[in-house]
Amino acid sequence: MKMLLLSPLFAAFAALAAPLAAQPVPPPAASPPAEEGGLTGGSVSDENDWQDLGIAITDFATDADVATSTTAGSTAQLGRGLSRIVAGNLRNNGLFKPSGPDGLPQPLFSEVQAPSYGLWQGRSAEMLVQGSVRMVGDQIAVGCYLFDVALGQQLAGASWTVAPSDWRRAAHKCSDLVYSRLSGENPFFDSRIAYIAETGPKSRRIKRLAVMDSDGANHSFLTTGQAIALTPRYSPDYKSILYLSYLNGSPRIYTIDPVTRSQRLVVQSSNPIFAPRWSPDGKWVLYSMAQAGNTDIYRIPAGGGTPLRLTNTPGINIGGSFSPDGSKIVFESDRSGSQQIYVMNADGSNQRRVSFFGGRAATPEWSPRGDQIAFTHIAGNFRIAVMSPGGGELRYLTDSWQDEAPSWAPNGRLIQFFRTLQNSGKASLWQVDLTGRNQRQLPTPVDASDPAWGPIRP
Amino acid sequence: MSKGTIAAVLAVSMALSACATKAPKQLPPDPGAATAADANNGAPIPGSQADFVAFTQGQDTVYFDTDRYNIDSEDAAALATQAQWLMRYPGKRATIEGHCDERGTREYNLALGERRANAAKTYLASLGVDATRLSTVSYGKERPAAMGSDEASWAKNRRAVSVTID
Repeated sequence: MKMLLLSPLFAAFAALAAPLAAQPVPPPAASPPAEEGGLTGGSVSDENDWQDLGIAITDFATDADVATSTTAGSTAQLGRGLSRIVAGNLRNNGLFKPSGPDGLPQPLFSEVQAPSYGLWQGRSAEMLVQGSVRMVGDQIAVGCYLFDVALGQQLAGASWTVAPSDWRRAAHKCSDLVYSRLSGENPFFDSRIAYIAETGPKSRRIKRLAVMDSDGANHSFLTTGQAIALTPRYSPDYKSILYLSYLNGSPRIYTIDPVTRSQRLVVQSSNPIFAPRWSPDGKWVLYSMAQAGNTDIYRIPAGGGTPLRLTNTPGINIGGSFSPDGSKIVFESDRSGSQQIYVMNADGSNQRRVSFFGGRAATPEWSPRGDQIAFTHIAGNFRIAVMSPGGGELRYLTDSWQDEAPSWAPNGRLIQFFRTLQNSGKASLWQVDLTGRNQRQLPTPVDASDPAWGPIRP
Repeated sequence: MSKGTIAAVLAVSMALSACATKAPKQLPPDPGAATAADANNGAPIPGSQADFVAFTQGQDTVYFDTDRYNIDSEDAAALATQAQWLMRYPGKRATIEGHCDERGTREYNLALGERRANAAKTYLASLGVDATRLSTVSYGKERPAAMGSDEASWAKNRRAVSVTID
C-alpha cells in the first residue's frame, strides 16, 4: 500500500485526515483484447485515432445519501461532482470527447462494477466510466472503474480513501486511471500548478505567487503582492516552492512553505539572484547570480551549503533545467552574442550549444520523459517549440505574438506557458499538447504568467 | 582615468553647480513637478532627489539599443551630468535601476537589466563617483516607462535610471 501525503493546502487538517490510500482493484482476468484498436499506442501522432472515442461517464453512485463536510455537499452531490471533474478533465485536455454525466442513465450503487453493457452498446458508447462514493467514518471512499462496452469487460479499476477536504483528488486520480489505461501514457491530472497572478496597470503590475490544482480548483494566493514575485518552481515533494521575490528591494530567491507561508532566503549574497530551479530529486537548487554585469549559473544543496559555480563565461548564463536522471543541465547563454540553448553535465563540464535555428532560443525545460526540450523561440514573435536534446527536430507548438516560458506536464505530454497580449501586456496561462493541435487557456481568477507545473502529487 | 580628466570633470561640475544654484533657467517649466520644492521658494532642496531630477533635465536616464548594454556618447554625456551632481553631494547615494523592453524573456531580461545598470554604474565610477555610493537593481521588463508595444515605446523602456536616495 502506498502512503500518500496530503495536499499542502490542506495539511492544516492533517490531524483529521487519514492517509490517502490507493487500493488497486485488479480488473477481471484475461483482457488482452483491450490492447486492440490502437487505444494504447500512445504516440503523439496517432492521438486523432482515439480522441473521438466515445466515453460515457456516469454519476458516481452512493450507497446512502448522507451529509459530508466536503464543499460538494451530500454523498450523492459528491458523486455528481466527482464525475463532472472526471468528464471535465478528459474533455478539457482535448484527448477525448466524453459524454455525461448529465443526460445519461445513472447506475445504482450495485451496478457500479456490473454495468448493463447492452444499455451502453445501444447508446453507441465505446467506453464507460463508473464510480462509487461512500462515507467510511469521517473519510470518503471513492471507487473508479473503466469498462470496454463492446468487449463487455472492465479495463481498469481502483479505489481511494480521502479526507473530505481532499475529495477532488479522488476525481483527478480517477481521471489519471482512465487516461493512462486508454493512452498508455503516464498520469498527470493529480498535480498542482504554481504561477504568478498579475493585476494592476502595465506600468506597475502587482505580481503575486499563487497555486492551484491542475484544473484550476483549490486556488490560493501565497504572497500579498507588496513585493514583486516571479518564476516559481514547486519542489518535487510539494513541500516547498522556490521563487524570486523583491522582498528586500532587490531580486533574490526564496523558498516558501505553501502551508505555513514561511519563507527562507536560499542564498546569502549582496548580488542579484534569479532563475531558481530544483533538481529532479529535490536535493539541489540551481540559481543564476549577477556579478559585475555577468550572470552565471550555480548549484547549491537545497538545505544550504557551498555553492558550486557551473558556468564561467562572459555574458549572461541563466536558467537551467536538469535532465530527468539529473546528469545533465540544459540552460540559456548569450556567450555567442545572442540567447541560445546549451547543454552541460551537472558538474558544469562539457558545455556545448545545441540551438542553431536562427533567431534566439530561451527558457529551455527538459521533458520529464527526457526525450525533448521545450523552449521559447524568438524570431520576431515568441513561440513555444520543442527539440531533441541534441538540438534537432525543431517543432513549433504555438504561433502567437508572445508565448513564453514552457513548463512540462508531469508525464511530458502537455506543456503550459504564458501568452502576453500586444499593447495591453495582459498575460494568461495556456496549455498545448505535443501535437500543437489542442490548445486552451487555463482558468485563473486574474491575469497570470510563469506557470510551473509540479509533478504527480506524492 | 587620469587626474587631469578628473580635474576637468570637477571644473565643469563646479561651473554647472554654480549655475544650478541660481537655478531658474535650468528648471522645468512647471514648478509643480518638483516634489521637494515648497520649502525652498519653488526650487528643489539642494541635494534632494528632486534637485537631482531638476539638475539632470532628463539625463537621469540613459537608453540602450536592443539587447545591448554599452554606453554610447549620448549616455556618456548623461552620466557625466549625473556625476557632476553626485560629486557635488558626496554624502548622497544613488540606485541605478536597469530595465528592458517587453520583447525579451523574463529571466534573461532580469539579467540584462542588471547588466545595463552595472554598465551605468561602472561609467559613473570611472568619472570619479565612489562606487560604494552606487547600487544597482534590475527590474527586467516588469516596470516599463512607455506602455505601447512598438519600437518607440521599447526604445524608451531599454534604460537605466539613476535615483538618488533622499
